[in-house]
Amino acid sequence: MIRAAISFVAFLALSPLLLGVVNRVKALFAGRTGPPLLQLYFDLHRLLGKGAVYGVATTWVFRAGPVIGLAAVIAAGLVMSFGGAPALVAFPGDFVLFAYLLGLARFFTALAALDTGSSFEGMGAAREVTFSSFAEPALFLCLVVMARASGALSLSGMLGDELAAAWHVQGPALLLAAVALLGVALAENARIPVDDPNTHLELTMIHEVMVLDHSGPDLALVQYGAALKLFLFGALVVRLTLGFPIASPALSLLAFLGGMLGFGVAIGTVESTVARLRLVRIPQLLVGATVLSAFALVLLLR
Amino acid sequence: MIPALVIAAVVLTASSGLLGLPLRRWPARAQRLSSAALCLGALVGVTGAVLALRAPTPPALALPWAAPGGTFSLRLDGLSALFLLPVLVVPSLGSIYGLAYYPQARHGARAIRLQIFYGLVTGAMALVVTAANAILFLAAWEVMALSGYFLVVTEHEDAEVRRAGFVYLASAHAGNLALFALFLLLGQVAGSLDFGAMAGLPAHGGVAAAIFLLALGGFGLKAGMLPLHFWLPGAHAAAPTHVSALMSGVLLKTGIYGLLRVTGFFEAPPAAWGTVMLAGGAVSAVLGVAFALAQHDVKRLLAYHSVENIGIIAMGIGLALLGRARGDPALVLLGIGGAVLHVVNHATFKALLFLGAGAVVHATGTREIDRLGGVARAMPRTAALFLVGAAAICGLPPLNGFASEWLVYLGSLRTALDVGAAPHPHFAVLGAPVLAFVGGLAAACFAKVFGAIFLGQGRSPLAANAHEAPGAMLAPMLVLAAICVVIGLAPGAVLPWLARAAAHWSGLPAEALAGPAAEAGASATRVSGVAAALVGLVVALAAFRRRRLPAPQPRAETWGCAYARPTARMQYTASSFAEMLVVRFGWAFFPRARVVPPQGIFPRRASFEASVPDTVLDVGVAPAASFLARLAARARSPLLGSVQLQALLLVSGLVALLLWLALGGSPT
Repeated sequence: MIRAAISFVAFLALSPLLLGVVNRVKALFAGRTGPPLLQLYFDLHRLLGKGAVYGVATTWVFRAGPVIGLAAVIAAGLVMSFGGAPALVAFPGDFVLFAYLLGLARFFTALAALDTGSSFEGMGAAREVTFSSFAEPALFLCLVVMARASGALSLSGMLGDELAAAWHVQGPALLLAAVALLGVALAENARIPVDDPNTHLELTMIHEVMVLDHSGPDLALVQYGAALKLFLFGALVVRLTLGFPIASPALSLLAFLGGMLGFGVAIGTVESTVARLRLVRIPQLLVGATVLSAFALVLLLR
Repeated sequence: MIPALVIAAVVLTASSGLLGLPLRRWPARAQRLSSAALCLGALVGVTGAVLALRAPTPPALALPWAAPGGTFSLRLDGLSALFLLPVLVVPSLGSIYGLAYYPQARHGARAIRLQIFYGLVTGAMALVVTAANAILFLAAWEVMALSGYFLVVTEHEDAEVRRAGFVYLASAHAGNLALFALFLLLGQVAGSLDFGAMAGLPAHGGVAAAIFLLALGGFGLKAGMLPLHFWLPGAHAAAPTHVSALMSGVLLKTGIYGLLRVTGFFEAPPAAWGTVMLAGGAVSAVLGVAFALAQHDVKRLLAYHSVENIGIIAMGIGLALLGRARGDPALVLLGIGGAVLHVVNHATFKALLFLGAGAVVHATGTREIDRLGGVARAMPRTAALFLVGAAAICGLPPLNGFASEWLVYLGSLRTALDVGAAPHPHFAVLGAPVLAFVGGLAAACFAKVFGAIFLGQGRSPLAANAHEAPGAMLAPMLVLAAICVVIGLAPGAVLPWLARAAAHWSGLPAEALAGPAAEAGASATRVSGVAAALVGLVVALAAFRRRRLPAPQPRAETWGCAYARPTARMQYTASSFAEMLVVRFGWAFFPRARVVPPQGIFPRRASFEASVPDTVLDVGVAPAASFLARLAARARSPLLGSVQLQALLLVSGLVALLLWLALGGSPT
């Protein structure tokens, strides 16, 4: 329980740092010094001190969007197992709740975007809901593969000590699932090659254009929520790929945090070396991830 | 005692519309009286259902009845009692809504007719889900189907409404034909038309397969499982809103009830039945929501979502059938629990959505999503209640839709593990990604509906002149939304009832289901915990945000890339919102588009029109039916058109029959 609580606090505290790592890696690739690792903390602090401006068309839905979005992502963290530590709440089928809480966050972010009455934000919301409905089956297939391999139906069981044994027996299937999961993580978190978080052209944006009208504390909630979500998917991918058991909880936490650092570097590397896909290709990427994970499932069930 | 309560409920609800007749000169009072009678009947019936759910054995009653093969017997096992709850609650709330939506003072005789059939259909449905004799069941079923027709054609001046009504009537009777054959076969196998005698039939052999297929056809047609859903969108769109809520919320569910009842008769249904239900449900769910995405009419859209949700329910039934085939009580509990809870949940949130959509139609006069926008500012309460329903139907926590879909998920995931007496067929685990896909599409669809209707700016003057719905319309919606929240926050509270329904359906002893039920209950408590944490976090973050932004904040024009003259018509429309997803289903849709592209350097006129007809009805059934009609017209000799000749044919047929009887033929 204490281990779970420490992991959860680390999740809340270290998520913005992960984005700092990603941005620093991207800067290094581009030959720049880049912003400090703690830049997002400074940004959040600055935004929380500011006022906000609201569009004339907006209603309470626009204000509720960031609040519900962040609350849902934090609640999703309650059932997530970080680095093999048990989650704060664990029960069979908790990953369904996990996925649907992220769905709740997405639903309200899209509604807040539509509330502005801007066609750009409508466009972003349409893309977000379209691509996420292709990402959901891939995510669930990956989770089913992990459930089948570990013989457990809760995230804590799937990412717990059974994972090491599962890698020995079902290595190829888990590898395929990890690759597919990485694709889903990139899509769900609006990273290149699906979406560019740094773009300045509204027509090509997905997630960033949805939150274009948020300002001040609202924007802080949105940005913190995005960082937490990236951390959640990172925890899933990192634990799946580094599934070995470590007896000491402290060492295990360290290994997990090291893995998260590696995840940040990997995302930064992908973002620096891969070109962004055309919008029409994104469903193909996600269907590709679905096919990969379905193949992994076939390997397990043969 | 408990069956008497149910009979009282049936009589009160069925006659509620007639009670208002003597007061025709005071229309408002007459309508309130009949609504009060309906609500009182519902209250009595709900009391009976709740008592039946707590009774040690299912209460039953059997009275002699003159109908051949029929007895007037009722039985309230777990399944009947759970179905009885939405069957009574939704219509009674709908009748209160009708006080403001369809006032007798304005609509006169038409409103009276509507109330009479509204009460009649409610009583008939209550009888359908409690009848324990095939003849009684079929009689109630027929009354229900016919009253449904008269409700659909309430506004029969409109040709579109008459067409929808005819399609409904024709398909309802095609379904009835299958049901007659079904119960004849069942009666022959069991030796009696009483449901009690039909329990525990062997499920092997051709007759059992024929019975299953007939049930799938007859009841599937009523439930609206793809591809038998074709009557449903038209009928739901044509009927007044509170009738649509009743039809979509509970009338369809009688088909599900029938499927459950008939499959429950058999001792050990083969795995193939479960496979068929699971696959059929998956197809229904995916294509139902895909068709919904392509709709422009809010009521047709909601109707297609019923097809989707019936699919999810069918998936639950399929899993439970697989569980029985393999002797796995936990899978039976999860499948039936998910299916029956989803029946109750869909009844609440779909009724809520229809009533909310009706309030918008009432206030703006249009069902076209793309002509609305920004309605939330004029109708904040309707918007908030509609949003609860929208989030619930997408299965988002902490609302009730999540609770039932989660049970179906658990059932599907269970088949991935090698547990239970015999390993499950692994393909059933594919139900989970299918449900996830459906959930994603449903969220997309309701982001579109809620966004285009309630958010942004009005796209036409109709939207700008909207007004908040009166209290009589808001109060029923509030009750439905409260049910959505309560079941969503505490799904564990209904689990014992679901376990009881699963035990009565499967014939498994309650002890076999107690273990899985306790396990699911423990998990449900944790779901409640996370749901409560979510609500707490929302409240805390909202308070935090308010402390940071105390004073009213400045407002400005929405950012539009610095374009100086934005108009409301430049907003993203519902059609464009769904377009990326709709094109990917083009293989199932046959979309029709009329495009007049802009031409020349100074283009004058350009237009774009697109619609997605129902593939099954407009591409399949309707052309086939009109072809058959033409063929029949050609085959009919002109001589036979004369009345005299037809009378002669009738009489000679009768005489032939009488002669055959007189010469020693036997009628059976």
